Amino acid sequence: MTASPALGRIVAVVPAYDEADAIGRVVHEIRSFDPAIDVVVVDDASTDETASVAQSHGAIVLRLPHNVGIGGAVQTGFKFALAEGYDTAVRLDGDGQHDAAELGKLLAPLERGEADLVIGSRFVDPGGTYKPPLARRIGIRVFARLVSLLGGQRVTDTTSGFLALDRVGIELFASEYPHDYPEVEATLIALKSGLRLSQVQVEMRERETGSSSITFVRSLYYIVKVMLALFVASLRRYPRLESARR
Amino acid sequence: MTPLRVSIIGVVASALLILVVLELIRGRRLKERYALLWLATGAVLLVLSAWRDALNTIASWLGVTGYPPAVLFAVATLFILLVLLHYSTVLSKLTDDNVELAQRIALLEERVARGLSER
Repeated sequence: MTASPALGRIVAVVPAYDEADAIGRVVHEIRSFDPAIDVVVVDDASTDETASVAQSHGAIVLRLPHNVGIGGAVQTGFKFALAEGYDTAVRLDGDGQHDAAELGKLLAPLERGEADLVIGSRFVDPGGTYKPPLARRIGIRVFARLVSLLGGQRVTDTTSGFLALDRVGIELFASEYPHDYPEVEATLIALKSGLRLSQVQVEMRERETGSSSITFVRSLYYIVKVMLALFVASLRRYPRLESARR
Repeated sequence: MTPLRVSIIGVVASALLILVVLELIRGRRLKERYALLWLATGAVLLVLSAWRDALNTIASWLGVTGYPPAVLFAVATLFILLVLLHYSTVLSKLTDDNVELAQRIALLEERVARGLSER
């Protein structure tokens, strides 16, 4: 499958920390979805062979000198996209949980010019197969409700890192993206900045290698940090970006 | 017993601390990550100042029979120590990161200069 020429030059931003076992396949799958997409792996100071594996599979690799956290890593990719003049950016995780075969669904609303930001959500369709453990499900739902309330648009999955951006979205996230646990707050920032957000149903895979970075203490920090960030972001003013639309 | 005036001043001061911290985050002069301990400090002091019975009870547990507000000072001191210790660890990491950055730049500069001179 190939993405439409209406999308211009496309870059795939893939943040990765110690994903040497998974990253090769991730890069390969994106390139087999559409060989014209440039894959940029942002290596967040991995201790394993992530960078060289990614490079050998044909990715452009940005190596951070020290670990800056997932948000800082992703933003490095968006800054690259902005500086190199890409028209469209997609973001997939380096652990392989996002299926590159679903990029077509993610890109469709951008292609039709209907959205600036498309989020791959596991909960658009109530019949989706993703059934997380109760605590996580409650957390995901509470954040979604909060962001919907504060942002003025119903959002179903604010913790998804599977997304696509047009040039306006790239510009926003290149200048404004939280550094740790970024997804929830970034969704609110996008809504408050006037980006048109669209959600498409996707399935995510269980991770195959490594372990999720969320432990108990971290989940606690995650919840408190994100709540605080949402509260403060709701008090901030963000410049509206509508005028920049093509 | 805790004098009422001490409680009032305690409430005002800790509420002020919380508001200042929130305003600093809103103005992007403080990151959430480094604000959490300050907010916890403010919240604990606010509760202990406003809930006078709790302060008196804790004071008697600790054997502070003469002047319960001393517990407020002790708690405040403890939290400030925690914040400082936390910042020392942050500072240490920043120092390491900074050295790493300087080294990477030195290596890059040498490579760039070599690339330019070979042309």
